[in-house]
Amino acid sequence: MATKPTKLIVNCSTGERTVVELTAAEIAEREQMAQEAEAQRLAEEQAAADLQALKDSAKAKLIAGEPLTAEEADTLVL
Amino acid sequence: MKKTLIERIEVGSGGAASILLDAIPQTYTDLYLVISIRNNRSAAAAEEKIYFNGNTSNFSTRYLEGSGAAAATGVISGRGFAGVEVGNTSTANTFSSTAIYIPNYTSGNAKSFSSDSVQENNATASAQYLVAGRWSDTAAITSITIDSGFTLLEYCSASLYGVTAGNDGTTTVS
Repeated sequence: MATKPTKLIVNCSTGERTVVELTAAEIAEREQMAQEAEAQRLAEEQAAADLQALKDSAKAKLIAGEPLTAEEADTLVL
Repeated sequence: MKKTLIERIEVGSGGAASILLDAIPQTYTDLYLVISIRNNRSAAAAEEKIYFNGNTSNFSTRYLEGSGAAAATGVISGRGFAGVEVGNTSTANTFSSTAIYIPNYTSGNAKSFSSDSVQENNATASAQYLVAGRWSDTAAITSITIDSGFTLLEYCSASLYGVTAGNDGTTTVS
């Protein structure tokens, strides 16, 4: 049987240290938070990549003298 | 200014899901937290996250990132992003190093914090972050949780210092 994850608690006023097993609810909450954080990180990376792609496209079109889309033009407005 | 070690904690052989620094004395001016972490994620690195008073969401951060290949900036909200932790595929026996400064932690206003965080990895890709954060809560900070969602491995450590204003901690600054 796998051991349950634990949290290390330090009482900074008394110095007392305790190791407490996570409850099932805490484990589930932690797993959900990790999944959400990972999904959010991936979304942020995708958003950054999409923005860079728009900028690259806008730059290429400017150099070639082609019209930009509204989305591409937005990337040039500070 | 005087810096006093409040607590230093090191993770034992079984690892730990998180570290909770609880019942932080309210007698200092600022807090300074130094963290050394390696976790069990099957990747080179993971986000380092901290929470105040058990609150996981009232955070907003801006960061500068150097990945080893490029520089970037970004915004992260809704979690206490504090930098980077070494994951378990980074060079063996390496740990991340993060220093977090939390001024006026007993204030009745929103709190700010800043973090200087580096991964350690014998590879081109090794990240470093400078983070400016805000915790939108008026409660005094009484506890800090270090929890990235991955297991903290043996020898991870956290040292919490209290910083007192004044040149020797007893001088009144006005």
